[in-house]
Amino acid sequence: MGSLLFNVLALSTLIAAAGVVVNKNAVNASMCLLLSLVGVSGLFVALESYLLAFLLLLVYAGAIAALFLFIVMLLDTKGDARPTLHRLPLVARVLAVGLVGLGLVSFAVRGQLASSDLAKVPAVGASLKLYAYQLFTTYLLPVQILGFLLLIAMLGVIVLSKRFEGLEDIK
Amino acid sequence: MIPATLNSYLFVSVVLFAIGLVGVLVRRNTLIVFMCLELMLVASTLALVAFSRYNGTMDGNVFVFFILTVAAAEVAVGLAIIVALFRKRQTIQLDQLNALKD
Repeated sequence: MGSLLFNVLALSTLIAAAGVVVNKNAVNASMCLLLSLVGVSGLFVALESYLLAFLLLLVYAGAIAALFLFIVMLLDTKGDARPTLHRLPLVARVLAVGLVGLGLVSFAVRGQLASSDLAKVPAVGASLKLYAYQLFTTYLLPVQILGFLLLIAMLGVIVLSKRFEGLEDIK
Repeated sequence: MIPATLNSYLFVSVVLFAIGLVGVLVRRNTLIVFMCLELMLVASTLALVAFSRYNGTMDGNVFVFFILTVAAAEVAVGLAIIVALFRKRQTIQLDQLNALKD
């Protein structure tokens, strides 16, 4: 059962991710991104990290994919007939495909990490209390830094998107 | 049917990262390049959660929590930059944004 769930979720995630890369239309690409994120969130559920799965759906699928769609609609860059892909030289193409393929094959064949029995390992990610405990004790300073980062990002976005009258010559 | 082991989760994560990298290198539309960057971030979070689950430790999960927050801030700033770029240059195609190259 767990194996079937993993296979279905992994396959749908990877197919949707490939859809992001190959889609010509940016709206379809962001829809594929959304699907891929839902797949990853399902994999998180399979790994028993329910809070992270929920957060991924909330932050990525809810906010980020919606923001992408909004910007795609706002900019409306449809209708250019030029090819969407870079024209890479043949050598670069062969080299890139070869290296990536070699890496994946060697990972699948040679990379054998010991996989512990899941029934014996406690599912620490499932417990909400542990997150709160960690975030407010061990990781208190990073949490504060993150708050500061979000503040700076908010100010930066306001500065970037606002037009300042009379300051154009400085820019 | 592949069994759901640590190796297979990591393999999915690696393939997802590779797909994102290919997208970043190959696509011309800045928005889609940005989406592929997000895919790479999500792939790394998947590896962290898998390691965390199979080792019974909490640190990977907490780190994913931080990555999610940073990604949200990054997307907001990045999209603001793209919109500002579009206002100035009327295009978001990477091959036309070559003011520093020429």
